[in-house]
Amino acid sequence: MHVKSGKCLTWVTAMAGKTLYDKIWDLHQVRQDDDGTSLLYIDRHLVHEVTSPQAFEGLELAQRPLWRKRSILAVPDHNVPTTGLEYGITDPVARLQVDTLDQNCDKHGLTEFKMGDLRQGIVHVIGPEQGATLPGMTVVCGDSHTSTHGAFAALAFGIGTSEVEHVLATQCLIQKKSLNMRVTVDGEVGAGITAKDIVLHIIGEIGTAGGTGHTIEFAGDAISALSMEGRMTVCNMTIEAGARAGLIACDQTTLDYIEGRPFSPRDEIWQQAVEFWSDLHSDADAVFDREVVIDAADIEPQVTWGTSPEMVCSVNSKIPDPAQEGDPIKADGMQNALDYMGLEANTAFDEVRIDKVFIGSCTNSRIEDLRAAASVVKGRRVAAGVKLAMVVPGSGLIKQQAEDEGLDRIFVEAGFEWREPGCSMCLGMNADRLEPGERCASTSNRNFEGRQGQGGRTHLVSPAMAAAAAVSGHFVDVRDL
Amino acid sequence: MEKFEKFTGLVAAIDRANIDTDAIIPKQYLKSIKRSGFGVNLFDDWRYLDPGEPGQDHSQRRLNPDFVLNRRPYENAQILLARENFACGSSREHAVWALMDFGIKVVIAPSFADIFYNNSFKNGLLPIALDAELVDQLFNELECSDDYRLSIDLEKQVVCNPDGVEMTFEIDEFRKYCLLNGLDDIGLTMQHADVIRAFEQQYYERLPWLK
Ligand code: SF4
Repeated sequence: MHVKSGKCLTWVTAMAGKTLYDKIWDLHQVRQDDDGTSLLYIDRHLVHEVTSPQAFEGLELAQRPLWRKRSILAVPDHNVPTTGLEYGITDPVARLQVDTLDQNCDKHGLTEFKMGDLRQGIVHVIGPEQGATLPGMTVVCGDSHTSTHGAFAALAFGIGTSEVEHVLATQCLIQKKSLNMRVTVDGEVGAGITAKDIVLHIIGEIGTAGGTGHTIEFAGDAISALSMEGRMTVCNMTIEAGARAGLIACDQTTLDYIEGRPFSPRDEIWQQAVEFWSDLHSDADAVFDREVVIDAADIEPQVTWGTSPEMVCSVNSKIPDPAQEGDPIKADGMQNALDYMGLEANTAFDEVRIDKVFIGSCTNSRIEDLRAAASVVKGRRVAAGVKLAMVVPGSGLIKQQAEDEGLDRIFVEAGFEWREPGCSMCLGMNADRLEPGERCASTSNRNFEGRQGQGGRTHLVSPAMAAAAAVSGHFVDVRDL
Repeated sequence: MEKFEKFTGLVAAIDRANIDTDAIIPKQYLKSIKRSGFGVNLFDDWRYLDPGEPGQDHSQRRLNPDFVLNRRPYENAQILLARENFACGSSREHAVWALMDFGIKVVIAPSFADIFYNNSFKNGLLPIALDAELVDQLFNELECSDDYRLSIDLEKQVVCNPDGVEMTFEIDEFRKYCLLNGLDDIGLTMQHADVIRAFEQQYYERLPWLK
């Protein structure tokens, strides 16, 4: 796989094996400058309502046409309401953003799944669901959790509004190559341990800056054993480990997921693609700039206790004590987080009572996530002290499938609210948010201060753990239920 | 992006250090879907006596008569003079958009916040960093004049005062080239449009399922 119009690779790198990242990068490098800046070709551009309006306006002001309209798939998600869809969007700012996306897509003839379309949903859920994310692709979107698509051995990362405009106009991005990092999760995880626990555990180990400047490839038996849904959960949170992109090699699981989806290739072209994709893994002799190995057997159900995803531990350990932390700056940060979260050091998690439960977001709103949560909830009821427990499917199609399987009834009978698809309380841009001081068991990806509503307290967990917390009223090891 | 031509423009001064992006354009306006039209909200909190909201008719608001950009002839200012660390704060480009939409083409200050400095070039605004003493001198000269104008010659990298005194400034060669030729990132990439097309041709031959 050599770059035709780019510069020759140096002899040394040409000899050593390539990483998966190297392979996808080389495939897409249009040209390279002397200072190492490259022009990288983009295959798939996902567009949503929040970061695209100024990009479209910029093109118009400069009278520039779109380079490749068919690379674009657009969907409103961040601002859409998850109840009362018949009333439309009441917040004028949100409505304006969604209307503007609709207008821009109509005007340029772009594929968009509008509100009310069964295929509408969170941008990172619908791309793979439609087969719009394929192995070996470069995928970009004006949203940091674009890393999700790396689960398909696609190089996927978030970009800013000016870059959205740049891709619309040129189909390329100006990029510098990052370093290679591999996180290997060896062995098998225990029963009841999910992809979310794996990725939270990884972030707990390497920290939120652990992947900075790198593209992380996730490997090892525990990763290969994951379904595509699980792999997406892992790659989704790569950005929380500081890396813009995460990758997982293409294998049979990947192919089985993609085959037959609306945007996937068919017939002979499918065969041709499959053959090409079989090379989408790191070579055995590839050298990584950094390697981290984790023992799957060490992973327990995870709960975050602080205001950063790295502030995470097993549900069976106690809330950490800043007094035990040697580094005074870190201890200070821990204390601040505990103060914000309204937690005492050394408390057991089953003493931490919750007010709300949110099952959703691009991390955990796929059918497998809903099944996992439903299997815990079945035959139980949301605990008395819990004010609101909600399930927000990632897309209209997922919602429909869940309803076909009767999952909605399980949730509703238990006292959950069953909502329409969207980002919802992941970031509280619509009406779904936490009130000051409220504590939430959430399947989303960010527990920053105020992320789910001003003063809100977020604990990141897996769908099964969120369901277990909902029916218990406090955190609990789902395996003990 | 427009080419940056040599010009002589009216100077407005704000004698403050650390003017942050929130002062340049308050955060309620960042929710807008536009990149144009922010000129009326430039320095909103200082310019108006009542609080502003996006989408409001700003001509109905109460102007602060003491604020420089509300005083004649400064509504036509093209050059802004300020103190150290201009435009610290947010990474959003709105601060640059607001300045440019108002009509500002050049900001002169002893130093600038990094991100703003980078964002300026992407949009065709020229940030000129001059020694603090020179900036001080410009503030003094402006004090004594009702119509203080400076000439900016990017090609020669000089700022020239009304008496013809020239002050040189530093600028990265590549950035200068881009400004002079009106090239933003997209314009630069478009110079390689043929290379991209050639790339596409071989690419889709090899990977027909992406076509
Ligand atoms: S679900 Fe949350 S993290 Fe995902 S795209 Fe929406 S707001 Fe971003």
